[in-house]
Amino acid sequence: MFEIFGIPSQALFGQLLIGLINGSFYALLSLGLAVIFGMLNIINFTHGAQYMLGAFAAYLLLQLTGLGYWPALVIAPILVGLSGIVIERTMLQWLYKLDHLYGLLLTFGIALILEGVFRNYYGSSGQPYQLPPSLSGGQNLGFMFLPNYRAWVVVTSLVVCFGTWFVIEKTRLGANLRAATENPTLVRAFGINVPRMITLTYGFGVGLAALAGVMAAPIYNVSPQMGSDIIIVVFAVVVIGGMGSILGAILTGFGLGVIEGLTKVFFPEASNTVIFVIMAVVLLIRPAGLFGRTA
Amino acid sequence: MKTHARKFAFAAALLMCGAAAFAQSGTQTVKIAVLSDMSSLYADIGGPGSVAAAKLAIADFAKVNPNLKVELISADHQNKPDIGSSLATQWYDTDKVDMIVDVPGSGVALAVSQVANQKNKVFIVSGAASSALTGDKCSPNTVHWTYDTWMLANGTGTAIVKTGGDTWFFLTADYAFGYALEGDTVAAVEKAGGKVLGKVRHPTNTNDFSSFLLQAQASKAKIIGLANAGGDTINSIKQGAEFGIVKGGQKFAGLLVFASDVNALGLQTAQGLTLTETWYWDANDANRDWTKRWQQERQGKFPTMVQAGVYSAVTHYLKAVSALKSSADGKAVVAKMKELPTDDPLFGKGTIRADGRKIHDAYLFEVKKPEESKYPGDFYNLRATIPAAEAFRPLKGGGCPLVSG
Repeated sequence: MFEIFGIPSQALFGQLLIGLINGSFYALLSLGLAVIFGMLNIINFTHGAQYMLGAFAAYLLLQLTGLGYWPALVIAPILVGLSGIVIERTMLQWLYKLDHLYGLLLTFGIALILEGVFRNYYGSSGQPYQLPPSLSGGQNLGFMFLPNYRAWVVVTSLVVCFGTWFVIEKTRLGANLRAATENPTLVRAFGINVPRMITLTYGFGVGLAALAGVMAAPIYNVSPQMGSDIIIVVFAVVVIGGMGSILGAILTGFGLGVIEGLTKVFFPEASNTVIFVIMAVVLLIRPAGLFGRTA
Repeated sequence: MKTHARKFAFAAALLMCGAAAFAQSGTQTVKIAVLSDMSSLYADIGGPGSVAAAKLAIADFAKVNPNLKVELISADHQNKPDIGSSLATQWYDTDKVDMIVDVPGSGVALAVSQVANQKNKVFIVSGAASSALTGDKCSPNTVHWTYDTWMLANGTGTAIVKTGGDTWFFLTADYAFGYALEGDTVAAVEKAGGKVLGKVRHPTNTNDFSSFLLQAQASKAKIIGLANAGGDTINSIKQGAEFGIVKGGQKFAGLLVFASDVNALGLQTAQGLTLTETWYWDANDANRDWTKRWQQERQGKFPTMVQAGVYSAVTHYLKAVSALKSSADGKAVVAKMKELPTDDPLFGKGTIRADGRKIHDAYLFEVKKPEESKYPGDFYNLRATIPAAEAFRPLKGGGCPLVSG
């Protein structure tokens, strides 16, 4: 067995894979953010709270109705997505014409309220949520033990991410959507209901956050602050990828997961900061982000 | 609109002046402040539950001593030493606070301890763990009540080495508390004949531990010592189960695990975990009765030893103040607290040593299997009782300058 920088290669492969798994959460969350920013021009600070809502929806479905992981994977994103639609219809839609700051403040406020309400009822240490029995256990890959659940997370996240990218970038629906962002008046003239499309897009973005939340529930702690712990990193991912760039968000999400994973081996103390260092460097060299287009 | 706002502000200012004047002109008034993590990873360990415990202590004390008027305030230190120490300074200086209690997070507690010393007020630690608080950083104004890193290390570490867990790998939280807990455990493990194979230091509030767990797995150590707390411990154990750590023959040693953590993990994941605590809500009738009263404010939750410690600490503090008939001189109050024996329904009889360490029994628990647990909150089997005299670091072992000789 050979060594790289004093670390056995086997351990290194394991860490690369782990990084990819963590990156898939970053990718799913930053994808939702990028879609919302790209299409609505709203910096959705509620995203973390909506991720938390997804996890809690799964937990509550199990507690109140006995519905397990698989139904929750479908129902929770729909429920949380609907709550997103209500927020968009009642509040966000009035802010599109204003400065970004207003949307940011509103969504940040909603996030704080949601977090506070859940903390009040469920405390800060979180609630247990077990792995679905069909995905417990794991495979011995020789260089590491890969839990089945993590493999499932990577695959699902890849499918969802590239599916979304494909719909928005390569289909007629996506073309309409992108056109509506560029010039809503013109697209309306073609008989397309732009406000409804925008509302559904927000609902979809929020649903993605909730989906990530349900997937996180069995492995991370289902707690009210789980969203605020991860959202800052996800924002950094979006900034590095380029605000609003969907492919950028996906690739950067996976890429930074890997870089963070490697930092955890070589310099664990810095693993929380490495992403922000990269963000600073990227902003210096390419202010629009790695995949962003300068206006 | 503006003039309305001004009038309102003026009225509020007047009211505030009035309140301050009233407080000063009363008979003997004591003001206690609970400084805790109200909203983040340690909020269920102390937090609002500590405030509820302090309220109970004040209510119980008032039944016997109606002459002493006790005020209670609280705030969130957000786990930041700078916020903690500036709040403490403001409280001691301008808000006439006599005593600050709880303060989970060793970094914050060490900062507040210094402030209490400068202002000559009282500080009683229940939430923070670092044994430095009664070691080289001890202070004549500080009492460390519920537990500390030495006691946890000694209780859990020694017990595990004795049952064959003689090689260790540490996952350590990267701040004062983690270092103290790791250091004390390494000493206890090596003293008992064990060996430390490696360690990794992770930032607090880490979401994903899989990378660190993989390193622990690769070390082939029999025991993975978790020198972290709260959400970090929960995530380590939860993800450890997923990565087959326990199935692969390695075991976790939760060096600081609270009842609230076990509740969050669920018994399915936490079963078999060995841990040390100084108080368990279901240990005896007195604890159960108190828990029922506490739950009137904290419905559906189970109190931790930190919250019980706040009750016990506030009770003893009030005893000392009423014996002295003054709360003005912090050093004198703490000296009185050390002189009087402690006695309350939750921790029983005990003492406070010269270095500020409160002494009582500690218990080695094992988390029950799900099928053994009969009702919500039925978490532990008692494995051993560590008598007060052995549970804490010997008086001269800590290097506290207050200890003569």
